[in-house]
Amino acid sequence: MELILSLGIGVLTGSGVWLLLRPRTFQVIIGLCLLSYAVNLFIFSTGGLRTGAAAILQRGEAGTLANYADPLPQALTLTAIVISFATTALLLVVLLASRGLTGTDHVDGRERDR
Amino acid sequence: MPDALLLVSLVGLPFAAALIAGLLPSASRNLAAGLAGGVSLVCLALVWAAYPTVSAGGVLRAEFAWMPTLGLNMVLRIDGFAWLFTGLISGIGALVVLYARYYMSAEDPVPRFFSFLLAFMGAMTGVVISGNLIQLAFFWELTSLFSFLLIGYWHHSAAARDGARMALTITATGGLALFGGVLVLGHIVGSYDLDVVLASGDLIREHPLYLVALVLVLLGALTKSAQFPFHFWLPHAMAAPTPVSAYLHSATLVKAGVFLMARLWPVLSGTDEWFLLVGGAGLITMLMAAYIAIFQNDLKGLLAYSTISHLGLITLLLGLNSELALVAAVFHIMNHAAFKASLFMAAGIIDHETGTRDIRRLSGLNRSMPFTARLALVAAAAMAGVPLLNGFLSKEMFFAEALTAETQMHGLLNILPFAAMLASAFAVAYSLRFIHGAFFGPDPVDLPRKPHEPETWMRFPVEILVLTCIVVGILPAATVGPFLAVAVQSVLGENVPYYSLAVWHGFNLPLLMSVVALALGVALYMLLATRLRRGLDWPPLFRGLEARRIFDRVMVFLSWRMARRLELIFGTRRLQPQLRLIVGAGIIAGAAAIWAGGIGPGNLGASPVDPVLALVWVVGAACAIGAAWQAKFHRLAALILLGGAGLVVCVTFVWFSAPDLALTQLTVEVVTTVLLLLGLRWLPKRLPDAKGVAGGVEGGTEVMTLGRRIRDLALAVGAGGGLAALSYAVMVRTPPDLLALDFLARAYSEGGGTNAVNVILVDFRGFDTLGEIFVVAAVALTTFALLRRFRPAADSVEVPEQQRDQGDGAAGAVMTGNGEWRPGSDWLLLPFTLTRLLFPVMLVVAVFLLLRGHDLAGGGFAAGMVVAIAIILQYMIGGTDWTEDRLRLRPPLWLGGGLLIAAGTGLGAWLFGRPFMTSYFAYAELPLIGQVPTASALIFDIGVFMLVVGATLLMLVALAHQSVRAHRAAPPREKPPAMARRDPAPVAAAAGEG
Repeated sequence: MELILSLGIGVLTGSGVWLLLRPRTFQVIIGLCLLSYAVNLFIFSTGGLRTGAAAILQRGEAGTLANYADPLPQALTLTAIVISFATTALLLVVLLASRGLTGTDHVDGRERDR
Repeated sequence: MPDALLLVSLVGLPFAAALIAGLLPSASRNLAAGLAGGVSLVCLALVWAAYPTVSAGGVLRAEFAWMPTLGLNMVLRIDGFAWLFTGLISGIGALVVLYARYYMSAEDPVPRFFSFLLAFMGAMTGVVISGNLIQLAFFWELTSLFSFLLIGYWHHSAAARDGARMALTITATGGLALFGGVLVLGHIVGSYDLDVVLASGDLIREHPLYLVALVLVLLGALTKSAQFPFHFWLPHAMAAPTPVSAYLHSATLVKAGVFLMARLWPVLSGTDEWFLLVGGAGLITMLMAAYIAIFQNDLKGLLAYSTISHLGLITLLLGLNSELALVAAVFHIMNHAAFKASLFMAAGIIDHETGTRDIRRLSGLNRSMPFTARLALVAAAAMAGVPLLNGFLSKEMFFAEALTAETQMHGLLNILPFAAMLASAFAVAYSLRFIHGAFFGPDPVDLPRKPHEPETWMRFPVEILVLTCIVVGILPAATVGPFLAVAVQSVLGENVPYYSLAVWHGFNLPLLMSVVALALGVALYMLLATRLRRGLDWPPLFRGLEARRIFDRVMVFLSWRMARRLELIFGTRRLQPQLRLIVGAGIIAGAAAIWAGGIGPGNLGASPVDPVLALVWVVGAACAIGAAWQAKFHRLAALILLGGAGLVVCVTFVWFSAPDLALTQLTVEVVTTVLLLLGLRWLPKRLPDAKGVAGGVEGGTEVMTLGRRIRDLALAVGAGGGLAALSYAVMVRTPPDLLALDFLARAYSEGGGTNAVNVILVDFRGFDTLGEIFVVAAVALTTFALLRRFRPAADSVEVPEQQRDQGDGAAGAVMTGNGEWRPGSDWLLLPFTLTRLLFPVMLVVAVFLLLRGHDLAGGGFAAGMVVAIAIILQYMIGGTDWTEDRLRLRPPLWLGGGLLIAAGTGLGAWLFGRPFMTSYFAYAELPLIGQVPTASALIFDIGVFMLVVGATLLMLVALAHQSVRAHRAAPPREKPPAMARRDPAPVAAAAGEG
């Protein structure tokens, strides 16, 4: 199971990094999204993979890690999801504005000199 | 009055008044002047209130904890020496304020001027009464900053801007060096407390780091006091309004340097290094500046160089390593403040009433402004050192010291008396030039204004100061004697030598030197008078050595040429190499850590592979790779594949017991996809063959592109493989408990919720979440602002082909009044009906998610996203106009309201005397519904919810509106369609392109 997830993280990262290094703005955005999936999963996995662990506590009970999933990486990941959403939105608008101003969708705002 | 209150008000009042003055309307000159004058007088009264303690040899001291763990405290202290300076600062400050009220024109934004002046006064007071060296360095830099603002007050003039910038560059750099020096001193002594440092003189002087500390501290002091070779900023600071010059260059800014040297005199002086560095700088400055001053054609320029020269004299005295010389230095600091301030004010009056400060154009003002002429005459005589005036007394002491100084380097000492005499002769010459040039001779011709006496109150400060010069000059022991004694004693302690403040010491060598210097000066001026009248641009002998030109050349080299060269070598403006470097550095850092630390097998065995999840991830990996493959030419396909990968991530979260994450991921996924879809419309068309042909023509580029791709592929594989290995290594180890256990144990008992993740977010780490939602709000507003100015590229303005296909003549399409085709009313009828039905359901789901968030999976964020999705769905299917006819959305209100509620909940804790963001919870028993959690965290979560709704809608709607706007703007038809029914959704348009 760990192997599957880590391979998945690896593929997401590889695809994301590849796209990040491409010259077109849309590729970079998609790459950033893929990369953030990978990173979010990675942060999440640092709590250990637990199938079927309860996520919700019983009333009046103090939970332990034996019965419950680790909430800390989850809280971190939740924050990370939100922030990556915000940065993606910002990047998209900045890139659109740049495309409108410069007339090209190259990340540098001008086509590469040949 | 308690000491602490007195000390704090002394520093705090000017700053508070500066803030108020800065907020006054720009026409309220009298109000601002009154405020500034009042504050300076109150400060003066406070200083006077401190006199009884100080004169009895006591010290006023107040200490406030600042960083107690580091042994750092805010310390304010006034001893005799600091008292003298605070008196000068507030006393001359009050006079300058009065003068400035009449000097400044009503057209200038005068409150801003007084605001800067007050802030500067506060900073300067802070320097002199700091009892902690770091705090002193802090106020020191503040004086640099506010003097920058004051010098550049007339920022429309290039001279003022350049002068201000130069002053800031030099003095702030010096301040940085001083900070370094202070840190070294603190390291040597083990404390930054001034009292402790002052008691450790021997320790410091014998320490191996003594020279380092000395050089750094002196760099600070000498730059501030405009000593050679850093003197050149001061004349350029003359672009400031004259009251500023009168204040900064007589009693305050430049005196900060000599203040510091005198302050640290007991611990740093007494060595040959001190003598050489301080004495040498002072000697050169004194002679050189006095010589240059003679040849200045600008009244203020002359006074500027004379100031530099007098500061050189004080520095030289401090450098002589003798207690008597220190007494002379402190005495001269006071005397110089009095006569130089009055001379600057007189120069300002001349400028104000005649319109020029050029000595060559001025002449014979004695007749038109006789009273000012008398005042200036007395002040200039004091500057020249004429007997019965204060300047004479300290000069005599200086001569006596020059004759008796002792040190091992006798060669230097032999020239000292002659240098002193020469500088004094120069001083006589330039004082004569000031007076004779401006006030005597024939009537002036062709001045910009007809000269006349200034207003009485403008002359009043000059009268006070000149009177001081005379009284001190005649009755020194009775007037300033006690103050000088108090100041000197606080520096020297028990080592105060015997000195006499009498005017007449009998016929002795210093008196002879004075006479010779006077005669020499008069002769020199008479010799040069005609040549000076014709005017020289720069003094002879120094033509090639203009320090300013050297400074400019250095600045150009450093900030332009060298920066450009370094940028060429180390920098790039292209994004891809930067990203490549970052990714490469990341891989190398990870590999290096593994290489250095090694990596062993984990303690947990891998759990068995579940075929379902494996299959899910096969799909996920295929989606990711497919997205990477297709993102260039098939954007829509790539976007769909991205969504697929996102869903796989979401499934993974569910699989591994994280329902909250899955919920959030799902909603975020939807919104992100819609956002990107909206963006697609504005990207250029890209077809595979066009690129292929272009690449094929030039074989060289193709090889280059191929090489680049292989390199990127290697980076991507490296990064992916690395992160895969890293996550595997992490996953097969037992995760550390860290805080998890703590959070789990307390979630219910102290947070009042069973959903530990939500409790962490809204309660335990609520402050983080608050910061996070501020980020989201900032992003939404930035997006909105950027899109308001959005101009699409030329080739994206046209209505896209796909949209036209659905319009012109298509089945069911209708033609609007102005000949534009719109899709008919039954367009997408089924989804349209469905989304309308879904809308209330989604809202209920959102409220459900919000309310149960604390106990079950859900929460404000997911709920907000659901509402945003519900609304954007209406936009997509119904069209912008249709939706906005029926739903009045005010995203900014939601956004602001959410922020207020969330922050307000945090602040609410203060009402109950608890720290920021403390939460409260209880379970309320409601009939029928049962136990309902009523935690204050719920209110916080409602704030989050509102903010997310507002922010998401603001972004989505702003982006969606672009399509409508461009639509209407694009075709140059007579009028935009007024009655557009169900505008085709931008998404439909965007989706067609790919």
